[in-house]
Amino acid sequence: MKKSYQSLEDNSTNNMIQVIYRHLASKIPYLGLVILLTFSTSLTAQEGDPVKGKTLFNTNCASCHNLDRKMTGPALRNVETRLEEEHGLDRNWLNKWIRNSAGMVKSGDAYANQIFNEYNGTAMTAFPQLSDQDISDILAYTAQEKVEPPTPTVGPNEGGNGSSGDGSTNKLILGALALLFALLAVSLILVRRTLNRFADEKGIEAVKKDKGLPIWKAFVQNQFLVLVTVIFFLLASAYFVYGYLSQIGVDQGYEPVQPIHYSHRIHAGENGIDCKYCHSSARVSKHSGIPSLNICMNCHKSIYQVAEETQQEGINEYGVDYNAEIQKLYKAVGWDEAEQKYTGVTEPVKWIRIHNLPDFAYFNHSQHVEVAGVQCQTCHGPVEEMEVMYQHAPLTMGWCINCHRETNVKVDGNEYYTKIHEELSKKYGVDQLTAAQMGGLECGKCHY
Amino acid sequence: MKSVFKIVVVLMVIGSVISCQKNSRPNYQFMPNMYESVGYEAYQEADVVVDGEHILENNMEAQLPAEGSIPRGGHMPFEIENSNAGYELAKTSLNNPLDSTQYDRLRAGQLYDIYCGICHGKKGNGQGTLVKREKILGVPSYDDAGRAITPGSIYHTIYYGKNAMGSYANQLNEEERWQVVDYVMELKADLEK
Repeated sequence: MKKSYQSLEDNSTNNMIQVIYRHLASKIPYLGLVILLTFSTSLTAQEGDPVKGKTLFNTNCASCHNLDRKMTGPALRNVETRLEEEHGLDRNWLNKWIRNSAGMVKSGDAYANQIFNEYNGTAMTAFPQLSDQDISDILAYTAQEKVEPPTPTVGPNEGGNGSSGDGSTNKLILGALALLFALLAVSLILVRRTLNRFADEKGIEAVKKDKGLPIWKAFVQNQFLVLVTVIFFLLASAYFVYGYLSQIGVDQGYEPVQPIHYSHRIHAGENGIDCKYCHSSARVSKHSGIPSLNICMNCHKSIYQVAEETQQEGINEYGVDYNAEIQKLYKAVGWDEAEQKYTGVTEPVKWIRIHNLPDFAYFNHSQHVEVAGVQCQTCHGPVEEMEVMYQHAPLTMGWCINCHRETNVKVDGNEYYTKIHEELSKKYGVDQLTAAQMGGLECGKCHY
Repeated sequence: MKSVFKIVVVLMVIGSVISCQKNSRPNYQFMPNMYESVGYEAYQEADVVVDGEHILENNMEAQLPAEGSIPRGGHMPFEIENSNAGYELAKTSLNNPLDSTQYDRLRAGQLYDIYCGICHGKKGNGQGTLVKREKILGVPSYDDAGRAITPGSIYHTIYYGKNAMGSYANQLNEEERWQVVDYVMELKADLEK
């Protein structure tokens, strides 16, 4: 559009000059063309602006309609021409339907009832606020040709190229280095051999030292040294054995492969979804529950594939096909994408538990999350950066106790307990009470 | 030459010991019977046999409550059904049982931001983070005239979900749902100003 206006301006100024000076008549057809062009552009503007239409579509329609995909409602590509050709319905019908679909169903309109029943009696929200112009804009957007996405350059080709470029240069350098070292070694061996040959020819004997007492005999004879060494070895082995024993049952860094690859980095990090959106029971229960697939489907009902760049990133950097993982979710929850319906055939997902306290230790999430207001990251680490979830903290008793000793309890605004808080502060002679001073070190708090 | 050979052997032994540590496997446990619960743990796989019959579906310990059971804490069953008629009924007849003294704006706001704000936006204008990032489209603003939401319709939608929106009945309990309803009505009033 901009272009056409520009060319129009250029034309008209040119014409003006020429009209004033000469060839008045010969330029009339050009002028006519210019006028026609301006007229025709303004005509299409009345017809509907697909760019505005896209914005309107995305804010009003996209929650239920996609251009090429059945969602809550039908796919809308070329809806106007399709209705015209297949059912003989015009723009007026569409306007009425969009502004008040429920009314049309009630009035007994044949096609309105047909489509209403086809979509299980889901009533389309009325949009009385959309003007004729808005609706033309939206319809202009739906009438646009489908832009074929640039043939998906899936992993092996594109990704392979990108990474193999880096990889091959690395390999080249490494190979060159290896060759260099091999050459050096060979040349050293050759030099040594020649030198030996020289020595042989000249009859020079390489000087050989007298063999004194072997070092191990000298060592055995020095009893003090033996004693010190033995003690050193015992201490060192005790240290390592102790270290080994105390990491038994500690799963810090445990990073199992889950049945469905779920990226906390994308969900909690990039999209900024709150931890408690999915792990809602952390607010109210001992457990921070593993979300049911129903919660996944809150969003993944609409998000059936990831953005192209996310998909590429997943394949190149993490070796994960995110779209295939979404398909795994659909299979497990029994979601039929084509029909946009649950089939009722589900497969429970066997998630692998990462954080697990022994049976003899009691830990309550709600007490920490809701009452104490501890951030999830305090214990679980930077989850929003983890592509694969792993155990960040050791979850040992020493680790619990440390935190209880260091964490101040928020006593402000808790009038009911003011008195006991004051007494405790006086008893310990501190301004800020720690969890330990509130009884957070008592055995029975966690072991019973 | 011999000592070189020995060093290599020692290094190989150390290497093989270190490489045995694998992060995709849990560590050894000392006396596992003190770690593993005798009672059922949440989400565990359990094969429960009663009269020779495996009674748990898929051996899942987590099961749906028996039909008709009511959770403790005064939560009453929601009797309006999940249909267009039910929605209209809720829209016109259902009212918020919380009065102004029971409405906890701070808590309601926190709940709203966690569960709703990610799509509906912190102001309720349909511009949440997921919408801005074009992950989910078409989230309406609360002041949308065609929808003309009421407390009853909001509650019905939270409870059952609507169109692309899923049900939030398992993330918010009854009282929390009504708190959020109040908060949404407040946002709606702000938007309509």
